[in-house]
Amino acid sequence: MINYVYQLVSPKVFSIKYEDISFGDKVIVRPNYMAICHADQRYYLGQRDIKVLNKKLPMALIHECCGKVVYDPTGTFSVGQRVVMIPNTPVRHDDVIFENYDKSSYFLSSGHDGFMREYVDLPPDRIVPYSGIEDPVAAITEFISVAVHASVRFDRAAHPIRRRIAIWGDGSLSYTVANVLKKTFPKTEICVIGMDIRKLSHFSFVDQTYLSGEIPDSFTADHCFECCGGAGSPYAIDDIIRYINPQGTVILMGVSENKVAINTRDILEKGLTFVGSSRSGRADFERAVELLGNKDFEDRMRVIISQDRPVCSIKDILRVFANDLTTPFKTVFKWNM
Amino acid sequence: MIFGAILAGGTGSRMNISDMPKQFLNLGDKPIILHTLEKFLTCPRFDCIYVGVHPDWLTHMRDLVAKHIGQTDKIKLVPGGSDRNSTIFNIIDDIETVFGASDEHIIVTHDAVRPFVTLKMIEENIDAALQHGAVDTVAPAVDTIVCSTDGKQISSIPDRSTMYQGQTPQSFNINLLKSLFADLSETEKQTLTDACKICVVRNHPVYMVEGNSANLKITTISDYKIAQAMVGGKVID
Repeated sequence: MINYVYQLVSPKVFSIKYEDISFGDKVIVRPNYMAICHADQRYYLGQRDIKVLNKKLPMALIHECCGKVVYDPTGTFSVGQRVVMIPNTPVRHDDVIFENYDKSSYFLSSGHDGFMREYVDLPPDRIVPYSGIEDPVAAITEFISVAVHASVRFDRAAHPIRRRIAIWGDGSLSYTVANVLKKTFPKTEICVIGMDIRKLSHFSFVDQTYLSGEIPDSFTADHCFECCGGAGSPYAIDDIIRYINPQGTVILMGVSENKVAINTRDILEKGLTFVGSSRSGRADFERAVELLGNKDFEDRMRVIISQDRPVCSIKDILRVFANDLTTPFKTVFKWNM
Repeated sequence: MIFGAILAGGTGSRMNISDMPKQFLNLGDKPIILHTLEKFLTCPRFDCIYVGVHPDWLTHMRDLVAKHIGQTDKIKLVPGGSDRNSTIFNIIDDIETVFGASDEHIIVTHDAVRPFVTLKMIEENIDAALQHGAVDTVAPAVDTIVCSTDGKQISSIPDRSTMYQGQTPQSFNINLLKSLFADLSETEKQTLTDACKICVVRNHPVYMVEGNSANLKITTISDYKIAQAMVGGKVID
């Protein structure tokens, strides 16, 4: 079957690749709703290093997507079943190293075509079914699974004193991590520090929010999550080292294109543990779908979704990427190509 | 019920590069007709997909389906007729024999040699056929169309903005198509170049669905070379 793959060939320029996909041993899924990630936006705008762009483009963007099964020779899914797709593609299993850090794994929409295609063909273990979740919310399951993975890394690394966790950042990632932590560690106080009072006002389910310039001197947290990335990373990490209690664990989640200088003296003095957390694997997806089964959790995730008009042409792809720059949190759209 | 009808009744090839009909030539790693059939199979709204094949090539087609797709009740092969419309009516006869006649039946007809059809075109054909009864897939004309009545001089140049190129799928309410066709005289039937014209000749409105330039009909050697280049297949010089 000839499949249409909508590839970014250079910043803000798309073309179509026609590829032959076989009715072999893979499940064929029709993408339904998609969400834009900052990583997609950086490729779209050409904000990655030119060497990276030259190496990775042309490439189909988008790694947050839900769809419907149209063909399954494995018999795992029924035709029409709603599913979310896992962009991480491991080629081997390791009992110690998570699939999303294994050097042999590859990631769809980073060097390999993402989900902006007419059909996506995947092995059955890269697909997780869902039901009872609204499709536009299911579209951000991958994003939620990244927060789930961070909470798993935290749980394994952090000491058991967990009276208060502080999250730096007031964007989609911070919001989602807060929602996941609140469900996973219900006895722990969750505190969010941000720059934008309007964005912070969305965090109605956490215990405290502070503007970064108004953190009380007496403030402390047992553990911290850094969810800023970009230019905000150095300031957030500096604040975290200042306010965190000794032997706390810091989960770094924000992506920065630049190297960040950090205060190693105080890290050593406090005996801190820094953990990098990125992407996710199948277990995280399954947990994310389970969390979305909780009505409160789903309702909270819906709050940060801006649903754009359906994408029916390449012109519409340009429109949703442009609109995404003006929305405060996540942009989701129906894929009708 | 909703039926697919892939038309592969011909045996001729204007390409002169093979002794088999063009729909059986490989595009990439498999025959053109299989690409088309697989795309139809991914549309869950079809109750059955018919393939109208020239009687001489029925067994070959059956073997291809068995080899590449496997056992399925969803595909039915029927002998093609002497021309495009007779192949369509052979398929309609079989539909009514097997499933019975109904005012609700919709048929989505498609050229076997248009493998770049998209699910979107198929879905929009089904939706429009259910609503309007007759549908054509078209792409806006890119070249200026010129008319000549004597084949030597231009007699007129129509406004390009009103010109479209007819593609497939073409989709119909089966009973509507049958009744319009039955009403045509033999002379009128001789003028038919495609199934939509059955409706146009009798002034029945035909709704248009947007196709695209990639949905090309692989008819000539240059079409074939373009299609092979599009999928990264071996280009024949």
